[in-house]
Amino acid sequence: MALVSDIADRIVVMYKGDIVEKGAKSFSSHGRRGRKGLRAFSVSGRVQKPGVHLAPAGISMLELIDEYCGGMLNGHSFYGYFPGGASGGMLPASLGDLPLDFDTLQEHGTFIGSAAVIVFSDQDSARKLALNAMRFFEHESCGQCTPCRVGTAKAIPLMEQKTWNKSLLEELSQTMEDASICGLGQAAPNPLRCVMKYFPQEV
Amino acid sequence: METILFELNGQNLEALVGESILQAADRAGVADIPRLCYKEGYRTDGNCRSCVVEIEGERVLAPSCCRYPQQGMKVNSISERAVHSQKMVLELLLADMPESGKSPYTPNSELDEWVEKLGISKPRFSRRVQPAFDNSHPAMSVNLDTCIQCTRCVRACREVQVNDVIGMAFRGSHAEIVFDFGDPMGDSTCVGCGECVQACPTGALMPANDVGLAVPDKKVESVCPYCGVGCLLTYHVKEGKLLRVDGREGPANHERLCVKGRYGFDYVHHPDRLTKPLIRRKDAPKTIELLQPKDWQKVFREATWEEALDFAADGFSKIRDENGPDALAAFGCAKGSNEEAYLLQKLVRTGFGTNNIDHCTRLCHASSVNALLEGIGSGAVSNPFTDVTEAEVIFVIGANPIGNHPVAATFMKNAVKAGKKLILVDPRRTALSRHATYNLQFRPDTDVALLNSLMHVIIEENLCDEKYITEHTTDFEKLKSNVADYSPEKVAPICGIPEETLREVARTFATAESAIILWGMGISQHIHGTDNSRCLIALSLMTGQIGRPGTGLHPLRGQNNVQGTSDMGLIPMFFPDYKSVTDPENKKWFEDFWKTPLNPKTGLTVVEIVDAVHSGDVRGMYVEGENPAMSDPNLNHARGALSMLDHLVVQDIFLTETAGFADVIFPASAFPEKSGTFTNSNRQVQLGRQAINPPGDARQDWWIIQEVARRLGLDWSYDGPEQIFTEIRKATPSMAGITWERLQKEHSVTYPCSKEGDPGEAIVFRKGFPTVNKKARFVPAKYTHADEMPDEEFPFVFITSRQLEHWHTGSMTRRATVLNAIEPYPVIHVNPDDLQKLGVEPGEAVTIESRRGKISTFARQDQGVQRGNLFMSFGYNEAAANLITSSVLDPFGKIPEVKFCAVRISAGGNPEMRIG
Ligand code: SF4
Ligand code: SF4
Ligand code: SF4
Ligand code: FES
Repeated sequence: MALVSDIADRIVVMYKGDIVEKGAKSFSSHGRRGRKGLRAFSVSGRVQKPGVHLAPAGISMLELIDEYCGGMLNGHSFYGYFPGGASGGMLPASLGDLPLDFDTLQEHGTFIGSAAVIVFSDQDSARKLALNAMRFFEHESCGQCTPCRVGTAKAIPLMEQKTWNKSLLEELSQTMEDASICGLGQAAPNPLRCVMKYFPQEV
Repeated sequence: METILFELNGQNLEALVGESILQAADRAGVADIPRLCYKEGYRTDGNCRSCVVEIEGERVLAPSCCRYPQQGMKVNSISERAVHSQKMVLELLLADMPESGKSPYTPNSELDEWVEKLGISKPRFSRRVQPAFDNSHPAMSVNLDTCIQCTRCVRACREVQVNDVIGMAFRGSHAEIVFDFGDPMGDSTCVGCGECVQACPTGALMPANDVGLAVPDKKVESVCPYCGVGCLLTYHVKEGKLLRVDGREGPANHERLCVKGRYGFDYVHHPDRLTKPLIRRKDAPKTIELLQPKDWQKVFREATWEEALDFAADGFSKIRDENGPDALAAFGCAKGSNEEAYLLQKLVRTGFGTNNIDHCTRLCHASSVNALLEGIGSGAVSNPFTDVTEAEVIFVIGANPIGNHPVAATFMKNAVKAGKKLILVDPRRTALSRHATYNLQFRPDTDVALLNSLMHVIIEENLCDEKYITEHTTDFEKLKSNVADYSPEKVAPICGIPEETLREVARTFATAESAIILWGMGISQHIHGTDNSRCLIALSLMTGQIGRPGTGLHPLRGQNNVQGTSDMGLIPMFFPDYKSVTDPENKKWFEDFWKTPLNPKTGLTVVEIVDAVHSGDVRGMYVEGENPAMSDPNLNHARGALSMLDHLVVQDIFLTETAGFADVIFPASAFPEKSGTFTNSNRQVQLGRQAINPPGDARQDWWIIQEVARRLGLDWSYDGPEQIFTEIRKATPSMAGITWERLQKEHSVTYPCSKEGDPGEAIVFRKGFPTVNKKARFVPAKYTHADEMPDEEFPFVFITSRQLEHWHTGSMTRRATVLNAIEPYPVIHVNPDDLQKLGVEPGEAVTIESRRGKISTFARQDQGVQRGNLFMSFGYNEAAANLITSSVLDPFGKIPEVKFCAVRISAGGNPEMRIG
């Protein structure tokens, strides 16, 4: 997480440099689907060219992969992505044409956050990635409040089951989102909810 | 009062300002919202989230325990969404409880209660890996398998009692409470106050040995038997035995207790309890040696009450008739109730015909009371110690409140945390020092010089409250000319405190909005004890720091009822309510009241009585509860006196060191075995209620005194404490307004309360003083030395002190399992450098010798002790500190100088065998 926010900070600095050098006009001349300006995406995962890419705001995941990341790795086909880091949730390839911005993604139960995009392929498993994310949250939880401290820890064994107890996980998710003190606990159930919604075949 | 109108579950509700949604709901009885981390009186932490509610227009749920209603807010605690999360939180927590589901440690788990109320069934989640148990503490067990990380214990330990032992360590699901650095509780710096146990909602922290599981037959609301703080508590009783003790709400403790009050109660069930009257065998001569209680049959035989009472009374009448009334004397007891004290002094005055009645107040605050009566016309405190939370500056001198008034000390620590300034003046750095703004670790014995220099600065820098001085005091000029000699330049090298510090402290005190002075026996137990107190009174008066909230003078009273026993006239110079026995008007009043002629002569004080036994003037004594064979100074002399008496009657719950010298021993009742009123340091008269019966043939103290009185020809027929209290109200105008019924209802009523229905005055001297001219008087004091200064032969200063775990002569606390387990051996506190010079490792034995006696004890290294000083408490008969002390008296208060004498110390030695 520290790394992600570190990158985010640098992105802000980059933007500023750009705007100062080229002027606001040049900046706002970019953009797709009615959005204006440039935006930095930190892309990792199964793409040819991971890294920070400056791309027009409103770009979609598919476009970002093709135009800026040199496409998927050889032998991998696009399966899904985390648009905004581990807590931003995950979307399937079928929603790869959504513009990567806050408003649109939110309707699908995800958020872009600081645009730390993770791309995964047919060789990955969404449930494994979600479990990994949950382990990460369990580790990062400060432990102050019950929904997050206990919720993350209880979610892990449930997510390790071959077949998920979806209704229980949904009940748990609702409380984590509704009753945790801070954003970490509130967002921690996003990946697992997305798995149930978009990758139901896996669980 | 301003209120906030909001809506809860569709109903309109008014919240008071500062009230949370939860509190408003509770007060109105509108909704029963679950809560776990919330505890009334504690800071809310909002971590458990079992109390969440839905607020219209908000994205997520809100914790009702720490959300404050706003005008027009619409709140729902029973919506599907809110209840879903309330239940889920409970289910998550329940999942981590031990196998059994319910807490195996307490029948009163709050988690279990809410689980039941909300109908949570078997949790659907897996259980965590459970942490290990910790049974290292003698009083408490740590069962973290029921811990829900609610931090109530952390707040209890850090914010309420401010002991800073418990912390929350690690993160996420590893979060765990730890003691210090993760030490076992028994090895940590825990002081055993048990606040964390009382705070824990699930039984994760419990009294040791599963006593928390037993369901009491009854709960009795009473008072702590130990110190002058006067904490209110609840006895849990099962089958006639005390199970455990909880703190309960009281004006002096707010549910808090210390280790003695909470865990020091099982002395009452100790096998050493006296259960039959005993009479000395004819073939058992009295010697100065102490008697081992288990050898009692070598010296005593059992007797019936009839025989013992007759024998006791006959002995008294014989001496009274043959040698005159003044050949008799009595020591009462500041642990006894007001009713017992009143009866005993009445017996001595009307039955013996003498005023030779005194008690341990003489060894405690006699000099303070003397100075207070002389200066401001009243010997009691002006403000309660809880006023420290109102004060801007708190001045504590010659006291170790964390050890001796532990719960009072918690309020001082709370005040410091809230930004108040603490000026701590003591030769020893104690546990309170780390909280102090100014730590004046001055040289022992230089109190007057130090205090005079503060007053010097206040006058020199024009910081006096001139208006107050003119309106409310006399003799300021005398004080002024006296302190002129005590410039900080001059005093700094005497007391060892830098000049600039003295100045700063003087300014801080004088310019504070409000400043309160509290003191202990470091002030009173000197031959200049009265002078020390005079200076404190003057300091308070000249700055006008009296008569308002957060100001005033508070001598921290030692025993639970030393205020009350003095009020009752258990002292040789005063009838009840401090009416001088030499004043003919008072004498006349009491002669009418008691329908007996009275002795016009002031009686003898504790140490004077001992001397009078040596000189053959006093030949018979009645000792109720006191233990002069341990508590008096220069014990060889005191024990000698006890062995010389023709007739000694001792009334106690144990065969104390003193009882071994007796001719007759009456088995008496312990605190939880009696009802009566007790007056704490704050002048709060509080009702102790009987919880259990005295063992065997032991009897109520008031009954025993009455039986002796009857046999001395007095026509008494009291039927119990209530009737005696009614008589006390007539003899004590300042308590006249306090009724027994009110005490039963309110538990605690402050005096002065002269008319029924008066609220009782917590703060006095608001408009002048109870003196003839309504003014207070400055009494200047000159700096003098202790009676016995160190020299080449005896180079160390020996100072008696107290320990948190032990009380007075140890007769109760050393028989309390937990307290004895924590502090089992006599120790002397020595500076590390001195120890090193002696070649003694901490824990090894040292021998102390003064001109009067010699003891061996174990050395404890103490950074807080200055080089050349030694501190030791006096409750250990195997190394009785009072064998060392001197019995030289303060000329006014007649208090012995047990805070200063010259000794030498050497490596090695063997403590004697413990008696009892
Ligand atoms: S008993 Fe008192 S000092 Fe000890 S850990 Fe608990 S609260 Fe802290
Ligand atoms: S030990 Fe008790 S009070 Fe402390 S955090 Fe655990 S459950 Fe709460
Ligand atoms: S502070 Fe005093 S009154 Fe309170 S529990 Fe401790 S010994 Fe008892
Ligand atoms: S009671 Fe409100 S959060 Fe715990």
